[in-house]
Amino acid sequence: MFRAALKSLLGRKVRLLMSTFAIVLGVAFVVGTLVFSDTLSRSFTALLSSTVGDVVVRPAGTDGAAEPTARTVKATLVDRLEKVEGAARVDGNVNAFGVYVIGTNGKVIGGNGPPAIGANWTGAPAGHDLEGAAIIAGRAPAKAGEILLDSKTASEGGYVIGQDVNMVTATDQGPLTAELVGLIGFPSGGSLNGATFTGFDTATAQDLFLGGKDAYTDLWVTAEPGTSQEKLAAAVTRALPEGVEAVTGDEAADEAASALQEAVGFLTTFLLIFAGISLVVGAFLIVNTFSILVAQRSRELALLRALGASKKQVTRSVLVEAFVLGLLGSTIGLGLGILLAIGMRTLFAQFGLDLSGQPLIMAPRTVLAAYGVGVLVTMGAAFFPARRTTKIAPVQAMRDDIAMPESSLHRRFLVGVAMILAGAGVLAAGLLDTVPRAGYFVGGGILAILLGVASASPVISHPLLAAAAWVYARIFGTIGALAGQNSLRNPRRTTATSSALMIGLSLACTMAIVGDSAKASVDQTIEENFIGDYVVSSLFGQAFSTRITRDMAQVKGVDHVWAQRFAFTGSGRDSQGIGAIDPTALRGGIGLKMVSGTDDLRDGTVVVDQSYADDNGLSVGDTYDVDLADGPHQLKIVGIYAENPILLIPVVTTPETLIAAGYPNADNFLIIDSDGTPGVEQALNAIVEKSPIVTVKDQQGFADEQRKPIDQLVLMIFALLGLALLIAVLGIVNTLALSIIERTREIGLLRAIGVSRAQLRRMVTLESVVIALLGAVLGLVLGIGFGIALMYSLRDEGLEVISVPAGQLAIFLIVSVVIGVLAALIPARRAARLDVLKAISTD
Amino acid sequence: MTNPDAAAPRAVAASVRNLTKTYGAGDAMVRALDDVSLDLMSGEFTAIMGPSGSGKSTLMHCCAALDTASSGQVFIGDLELGGLKDKELTRLRRDQIGFVFQSFNLVPTLSAEENIVLPASIARRKPDREWFDTVIDTVGIRDRLGHRPNQLSGGQQQRVAVARALVGRPLIVFADEPTGNLDSQSGAEVLDLLRRSARDHGQTIVMVTHDPVAASYTDRVVFFADGRVVDELRNPDRDRVLDVMARMSAPTAG
Repeated sequence: MFRAALKSLLGRKVRLLMSTFAIVLGVAFVVGTLVFSDTLSRSFTALLSSTVGDVVVRPAGTDGAAEPTARTVKATLVDRLEKVEGAARVDGNVNAFGVYVIGTNGKVIGGNGPPAIGANWTGAPAGHDLEGAAIIAGRAPAKAGEILLDSKTASEGGYVIGQDVNMVTATDQGPLTAELVGLIGFPSGGSLNGATFTGFDTATAQDLFLGGKDAYTDLWVTAEPGTSQEKLAAAVTRALPEGVEAVTGDEAADEAASALQEAVGFLTTFLLIFAGISLVVGAFLIVNTFSILVAQRSRELALLRALGASKKQVTRSVLVEAFVLGLLGSTIGLGLGILLAIGMRTLFAQFGLDLSGQPLIMAPRTVLAAYGVGVLVTMGAAFFPARRTTKIAPVQAMRDDIAMPESSLHRRFLVGVAMILAGAGVLAAGLLDTVPRAGYFVGGGILAILLGVASASPVISHPLLAAAAWVYARIFGTIGALAGQNSLRNPRRTTATSSALMIGLSLACTMAIVGDSAKASVDQTIEENFIGDYVVSSLFGQAFSTRITRDMAQVKGVDHVWAQRFAFTGSGRDSQGIGAIDPTALRGGIGLKMVSGTDDLRDGTVVVDQSYADDNGLSVGDTYDVDLADGPHQLKIVGIYAENPILLIPVVTTPETLIAAGYPNADNFLIIDSDGTPGVEQALNAIVEKSPIVTVKDQQGFADEQRKPIDQLVLMIFALLGLALLIAVLGIVNTLALSIIERTREIGLLRAIGVSRAQLRRMVTLESVVIALLGAVLGLVLGIGFGIALMYSLRDEGLEVISVPAGQLAIFLIVSVVIGVLAALIPARRAARLDVLKAISTD
Repeated sequence: MTNPDAAAPRAVAASVRNLTKTYGAGDAMVRALDDVSLDLMSGEFTAIMGPSGSGKSTLMHCCAALDTASSGQVFIGDLELGGLKDKELTRLRRDQIGFVFQSFNLVPTLSAEENIVLPASIARRKPDREWFDTVIDTVGIRDRLGHRPNQLSGGQQQRVAVARALVGRPLIVFADEPTGNLDSQSGAEVLDLLRRSARDHGQTIVMVTHDPVAASYTDRVVFFADGRVVDELRNPDRDRVLDVMARMSAPTAG
């Protein structure tokens, strides 16, 4: 039986190739995602372990993952620690983020994601004596006005040693210019993963980032040979004063890596969801292909039964085929997945996350996942068609007309309806937030509804198909009628084929609605609440120098400048961060309406947004627990305010509170009120001219900027769903090709009695378009339902507008017709090319 | 035994001249038709008989514009088929030729009536209603017009196929073993129908068959062997056909 299964596989190469393609794509996606995320996290770990010393001494409570803060350790500690047993050398580091290098073309280098690091250059070796960065050209900076850069940033910016480099910092100095005196690089082939590095001499770094204090952000203690990190850390700890801690380099690297890996984990989940979608869509294609193949082979299978094969053997032979096919698809998918990972690495390099120094990581888990997913999905999908083979009676081998026994449509319909109802319930539970892990409920509910509709589709699609057949007969005459009838002939096949498209399009449609609604909500919020005339913010949401704020307040015609800053408070329930605004601005002009308590905000207190307070059960007089840079704080809630568009984060304290907790003194967001004096905008723009990351925008510009990330996200999701559509197209090609093989004699008859090749091509194309349109119509209806349900459940979160982008949905419909026409190209050609004589004499 | 041209009292509906059809090349070359010349008379019901591989089916396929010969000429009416493109051949089949096959004659998704008018509706023509009624009555399937093929018996299906071939008033109807899949009763009905179409309506019909009984319904039987016309009978009956067949399979034919 095994040999027979293999033989029959080889005999149907082309047909099986197409169903393999679905498996290949799904597996490739899984593999690409896993390889890429492994590579990404390994590269972070590698990068981070070369950025810590053997022992790191830092202010107590510092989180290794967070941005460097303005909290320091005293410089005198260096001398004390050098005497500790086992310490080879001690180096003081001054680190800060937000030192952007401006290229010779005036554009900011990097900055989108990976940090722009500014630091003093000590040349200290990294932990475990790893060779970290080293000077590869020139020399270290010795005085103010000299810097070194990492070689990648220098070459990207077009700078060579001896040139003056322009920079923007978040410090009081704002823009800076300094001579490039040296380059650092990774002699052993590491990379900064797209981060930029600017090195200063220690005194200059202290001036820039620590306000001139003779202190360090942290110290590196290098171990003497033979001294372990743990031993050294213990020895150092004994020598430390209160408020300073020592951790081993490995711990510090792990801390930093885990935060980054959390961010990568989100990306991985996101990509795996799309891998899952491809596989679900692919499974439809496999079910359909196997159903058709088994139906076409029913006589062959009946013959096997007549010759004495048991039911089990026949079923097993189909499953063996599926197994081999799954194995084949997984192997090709594995290869394609590696290519995909390479592609993703290139793509991310475009966004500034350069991993070119990292080899791709192929973990055993990835290989297991590839084969597990590929083989299991294929065999699972082939199971139902395989089980049906047992219903073939041996006597059918002798019959002329063989019909594959089919399960009753009625039962399928009921199962489908039950799934739709169950899915709707689960979806509602997820959307109404009555369950933990609502995301799983939403995803599961949508999946159940999609599968339910696919199951009930042969029944619920009948009126649509009949209507299409009627319209076709009116417009295209007999050829149209034939095409329409063909689509009705085997409703299971037609609807299973269109289901693949339905899934892809329903998700695309949901995304279109969510994206459009989000944009409409942004517009509405901005329109209703935009007070002030201009907004000043930075390109990457980074902090910028408070000097800009001071300069802008001086501009003639500017009434007020309201400055806000944000601090990201690390992990925990407050990962959204905390905002800060000057108390006079809070009371003065931003139109804050207090619901309860007072707007008399003082240091160490917060005011809280009403809906946030409601969600978290906070009221005036409670304490708000938050982990700031220097450790846990308990801030008193003095007031609760009604939703305010100016305050971007729902918990607001004073700038001084954040500075005291160790955050740098820099602003994130300014709102400017002017009296309409002409030339204000030009004057404001002149101030930020030398700071390319900071921009001045009016209402329109601000709205555009807020909409842009939504557009980008939706576009990215469309691109990923495009893969699901590609699989769906292949599904249509496959079904049509197989149907044509099945109808060879009928096509021969049609040709014999005078149907021309062009008419035959038109017939196949029309049938293909019906399949595509059916998938599109069902997908759009479901997608609109999902989209509206989703937006409805989000209306409490500030997304109040539900907008259905009719134009975009119309484009989806048109695209699906185009998909139908394209999918029919090859099958139609094959049908038209059939030799009439051979066709009419086929068995 | 006789020159077929000499026995032609009527107009010629279709004819072939020096038709040769070969398959393969070299030692493996097979001559399916070997320099065949034959006239098919207008209004006659002609049977083409011969053992398997004698070339009778190939001849019909060439005449019916389904296949092209290696050399020689085929005429349908006055039209020479050599050099016609696929499009013109398709139109010729649609408008001038009717077909009845052994099996799988009807499009399963269409009703009997839709099947009958299919060639006309492909051409976007309205069928001649009066003639349609005449054909339906001749064929005797008026009460079955709305049925799908799978609701009809084999004999009924074949009668629908005959109606489809007749309703376009083609120059010539080709029938390929039309009774091969039918029981003798249904077969007799179909053959009688074909004979009446020729006698009453002057329809030219050419039928390929193995069956001496089927051949006995015709006006003329042409016998094929090894790609050549070897014999011919006028107004045959079953016994005379069997005689010729017995002679043909005599040991001399080696």
